[in-house]
Amino acid sequence: MTMRPDSTFYASPRLAMEAPAENFAYTLLLSPDFSKPDALAVIDVKPGSKTYSQIVHTVTMPNKGDEFHHFGWNACSSALSPLAGHAFIERRFLVIPGIRSSRIYVVDTKPSPLEAKIHKIIEPEEVFKKTGYSRPHTIHCGPEGIYVSTLGGGGKDGTQGPPGVFIMDCETFDVLGRWEIDRGPQTLHYDFWWNLPRDYMVTSEWALPPQFENGIVAEDLLANKYGHRLHFWDLRARRNVQTIDLGANHQMALEVRPAHDPVREYGFVGVVVDTTNLEASIWTWWREGGKFHAEKTATIPPEPAPKEKLPPLLQGFGAVPPLVTDIDLSMDDRFLYVSCWGTGEMRQYDVRDPRKPKLAGSVHIGGIARRTPHPNGKPYAGGPQMVEISRDGKRVYWTNSLYSTWDDQFYPDGMPGAEVMAKVGSDGGLELAGDYFVSFPDGYRPHQIRLEGGDCSTDSFCYPSVWN
Amino acid sequence: MSDASATAVWLWLAIIASGLYHGINPGMGWPLAVSAGLMEKSPRALAGALLPLSAGHLLAMLIILLPFALLITLVEWQRQLQAAAAIIVIGFGVMRLVNRRHPRALARIPPTKLTLWSFAVAIAHGAGLMLLPIYLGLCAAGAAETGHEAAARVIHQNLAMALLVALAHTAAMLAAGGSVAWLVYRYLGVRYVARSWFNLETVWAISLVLVGAVALTVTMVQWQ
Repeated sequence: MTMRPDSTFYASPRLAMEAPAENFAYTLLLSPDFSKPDALAVIDVKPGSKTYSQIVHTVTMPNKGDEFHHFGWNACSSALSPLAGHAFIERRFLVIPGIRSSRIYVVDTKPSPLEAKIHKIIEPEEVFKKTGYSRPHTIHCGPEGIYVSTLGGGGKDGTQGPPGVFIMDCETFDVLGRWEIDRGPQTLHYDFWWNLPRDYMVTSEWALPPQFENGIVAEDLLANKYGHRLHFWDLRARRNVQTIDLGANHQMALEVRPAHDPVREYGFVGVVVDTTNLEASIWTWWREGGKFHAEKTATIPPEPAPKEKLPPLLQGFGAVPPLVTDIDLSMDDRFLYVSCWGTGEMRQYDVRDPRKPKLAGSVHIGGIARRTPHPNGKPYAGGPQMVEISRDGKRVYWTNSLYSTWDDQFYPDGMPGAEVMAKVGSDGGLELAGDYFVSFPDGYRPHQIRLEGGDCSTDSFCYPSVWN
Repeated sequence: MSDASATAVWLWLAIIASGLYHGINPGMGWPLAVSAGLMEKSPRALAGALLPLSAGHLLAMLIILLPFALLITLVEWQRQLQAAAAIIVIGFGVMRLVNRRHPRALARIPPTKLTLWSFAVAIAHGAGLMLLPIYLGLCAAGAAETGHEAAARVIHQNLAMALLVALAHTAAMLAAGGSVAWLVYRYLGVRYVARSWFNLETVWAISLVLVGAVALTVTMVQWQ
């Protein structure tokens, strides 16, 4: 226990923006053919440093086949909630689930990110036994400890019972048990986040494990059998209070990004593909009069492409779907970044009017048909995927891999791992930084990025941003 | 001034001081009032949050004091009760020193139920226990002043004293917590929430042990 709250806990989003910039970016590495153990890479992102844009430390796991995807901190700014009562823990441990193995690693980043090491390993059996869930995915720290969303239920293929959220102790990392008391109609899971003072949680839907573990199942997709609903929950009561169906053709509602300022009762969710026209879409959800609402507020069209430039999966369509696989909202709730993993584009929307996103910036890199190289001349396979924004909103980092088996279906020519960064203009606009291009060891692909001291998809706040 | 009334003055000061101490402790809720004020963009919402926070704290004081108000009408057991209360307070302090975990149930209380939250937090931290030896001391001083009286009258006096002690303590807490909340809300900014938040867990636990120990010593000395 510390005597003061961690200096990287920020009472409001504005204070997070004013904090010193990140020096390190943690990035998960996965071995797509499971021949090597997955790893956590620590990357130097301090401008002017001799090792800038290079991996300066690697924590290699003792097992193979974990498939790292998302991860998160044991504690963040949410600890400053006076309701939670545990402000005296450190932002210190990275909780890293393997979505294929259901094993969870806890990595200690103190005394220095350069000495990060494994602190604890939670074996899959403990997760199965205590929660009945499998395939842990998104991590958030909140009022009851560490919340972990899962993609699978029980049984070997994860289809016995619905997936959901479970809770871990934020100090001992013991798995405590299921979070839901009343899940209502929820049967699929992907991402989740919340508004702490307003006391609600929002969850989204991807698919059940047989629909993704061995690759995307085209027949299921065309039959609209992937997830397409949003669930709204009473956070403390752990009860599903409302479900909104985005329409069955809006397949795969993935990342949920609520406004950071808790005064704002709205957020966004990205839909990967509309099966009627291959469009991707951004939806805005909000609470008004005690009810939640959602509407489609931006669409991104597919791009026609000759058959020879397309993987077998897409040849019948003659077009590349944009495939919005990740979105991220800047700390000031001004810009929404949208990864178009299919067409190879990172879009920046001005969402100050949340129900009228305006395209403010865009860069092309990679893409199934475009295959745009990085401005420094290096080839970039895959597209912009997991995106993370610096707290001050000036730098946007992303990696290129989506998910081992899906990468191979959409980018069959292979995908050397890459992480790049774009600089944001003072009034919007995006430009790739020529000097930031992280190459990864052969046979590894990068996934989610976490920034030292918190980032735009980690911290949740209990006080609004105000000037004093 | 008699010895008993001099003691009473000190005890009242202790009640006010403990109220101020609880008030400035962020763990007892003033940041919630800041948050309410900022979320609603209104100082009225700040004041509106202070009321349920105070009510919950007051209830938590009374629920500890009132049973003892009834018990110490058994005047011949007064010393034993004072000693027992002191030992309970010491024991609770030691428990807080050993087990630093917050009861997980506290995290289940929604942010709209501030009275319940304030009540539960005060109970969980033994805020009422801190007042108990002081209150019993006041009752004893009162009894020494007035001598033996009819049991019914003593009950009334003790209950009135319990209410007075809880109200005075809560008023001091409201004044201190409300002032800090207002300063942060109006002048210092939310940055101060994290800056002002010292880990008082150990100090708090030691405070309980000290209050209990002093009360126990005084009781034992007077007993001789």
